[in-house]
Amino acid sequence: MRIAATEPASLRLVYFAWVRERIGLADETVTPPSGTATVADLVRWLKTRGEGYELAFENEAIVRAAIDQTHAKPATAIAGAREIAFFPPMTGG
Amino acid sequence: MTPLVRIQREDFDVGAEIAALTRGGADIGAVVSFTGLCRDESGRLAALELEHYPGMAEAEIGRVAAEAAARWPLLGLVAIHRFGLIRPGEQIVLVIAASSHRRAAFEAADFLMDYLKTRAPFWKREHLADGRLGGWVEAKADDDDAAKRWDQGS
Repeated sequence: MRIAATEPASLRLVYFAWVRERIGLADETVTPPSGTATVADLVRWLKTRGEGYELAFENEAIVRAAIDQTHAKPATAIAGAREIAFFPPMTGG
Repeated sequence: MTPLVRIQREDFDVGAEIAALTRGGADIGAVVSFTGLCRDESGRLAALELEHYPGMAEAEIGRVAAEAAARWPLLGLVAIHRFGLIRPGEQIVLVIAASSHRRAAFEAADFLMDYLKTRAPFWKREHLADGRLGGWVEAKADDDDAAKRWDQGS
């Protein structure tokens, strides 16, 4: 199957702690709609995918993100990302 | 000096880690270690379960350790963080900093712990003493404030 160069690439999403529990998945591969440029755009789209996502992101300011295992902000561009993670504020140490 | 970062399920031996770090380092004059233990919160907890993001946990602690190494004249730096089920009294985290003089070792160990708490992708969940599964531990504003103080004046 040929995929046009303009087609949005598939993206691996990983979830941790209560974000994982609310969504009901530890990871998934998705193809966000074109125009999904930033982490915030991705969250906006994820929230349309069901109750679990809505619940996980009900307070968007709390949920943290990482792009390819590096912390990212809502405004960070996701172009070229292979793996994006969403998780609560960290409580290690 | 390359910092040593380990993420592991099994326990660690603080004495053995300090001995390994200082072996052969004749210019080391100061070693500071911090060990974080699991508390029972006045008998309320049976255990803490630590979930982590494999890969990023190592990478992020490595980045914080590299920052510490760039900021202080260190001769050795170790960070070990456990995951899985950890019972009260058991060890969770170890940081060791070695330098010629004490100030750098104290400050680097303190810095590493502050940043590890707010940046390393680990999440604690409570297992209650009565056998029920408790909630996820909430991040403390105090920890964010502690990490931020290292930004001042830099």
